[in-house]
Amino acid sequence: MTSVSFDAGTAPPQVGERPPPVPAFSIVPVRGLPIVAALLIGLIVAIASNNLWALTFFHVGGGALWTSIDLFLGLIIGPILGRLSVPARIEFTVRFMPKMILIMPTLVAMTLGAGFQLARHVGNLDAAYPHHGWLVASYVIVGVMAVIALGLLEPANLAVLFELKKPRPNGERIGRLMKIFVYTAGITGVMQIATIVIMTFLASR
Amino acid sequence: MSATDLEQAGMDDVDRRQAGLPPVARLATLTLALTVAGGIVMASNYGHSPSLMLPTALAIAGTVVLVVNVILLSRIKGFAWDTFFRVFGWALLAYLVIAGILEFVFAFDHTPAKELGLFSAMLALFAVDVPLLLAFSVARYQPAPSAG
Repeated sequence: MTSVSFDAGTAPPQVGERPPPVPAFSIVPVRGLPIVAALLIGLIVAIASNNLWALTFFHVGGGALWTSIDLFLGLIIGPILGRLSVPARIEFTVRFMPKMILIMPTLVAMTLGAGFQLARHVGNLDAAYPHHGWLVASYVIVGVMAVIALGLLEPANLAVLFELKKPRPNGERIGRLMKIFVYTAGITGVMQIATIVIMTFLASR
Repeated sequence: MSATDLEQAGMDDVDRRQAGLPPVARLATLTLALTVAGGIVMASNYGHSPSLMLPTALAIAGTVVLVVNVILLSRIKGFAWDTFFRVFGWALLAYLVIAGILEFVFAFDHTPAKELGLFSAMLALFAVDVPLLLAFSVARYQPAPSAG
């Protein structure tokens, strides 16, 4: 999710300068809501049926997409976008960020909801489970990631979108908010790697 | 910094107003951290009958911080309340759905009543605190009504 950064190190457009054009966009892409609803209903059915395949599908599928999207955007797309012109970055931001508002919370709900139920179903939640300590470590990592993502990253994401909706977006403010966004996404990206290490370790036991 | 310096740094009236705002975002993040910590303590002892003292204390602390935060927020003058309540309403709807799914998981698993009550309280805190944080983070950068 670092990809949409306005390079915080670049001089922002000054107040009084003509701001770059911002394409019309919707903060929440309404057309994506039925897909989100279908996935959440599927998740509830998986939990209610306690179907091992369905729970594994939602947990592994959601988790793989969550970590892959974070790492791919942070390490590959982000640096590329950092070298684009400001208008190009704005155009990408207004097309990309609204989709992330739907995609990421859905993936997080799928991964955590199905993961908790899966762990309970196969008995991993029990403190007697030999690798319980690893599981608790994963809770802590996910907890810290949640606080960073919900406390810093997501507010910055929304604030940028609302700033871009203004007739004259303040480039300096967007730069500052994106700096928060970039740093926090970098931290969560590194923590995602720790989660992958723990989860693959537990799956191989 | 003079007004000219601020303008040259790309700052406008909205930025100048930030220093006068109470630490709503920080307090909301603190509530979130306390709630998540309580959830981790409970999840790590799931299926046992551990003492609920620590997670209860964390939930109470989170509630107190949230109440203080709401009081501080309500005392802000010249704030973009329209934007705040628009974002808060939609975010509340979204986070109630997420909290509802988690509540469903705990209820479906026949979580003991005391633990379920505590989980529910934490989920309620989560479902209110995050929308408050998101709404404040957006509204703080919107022009206040009096500023035109």
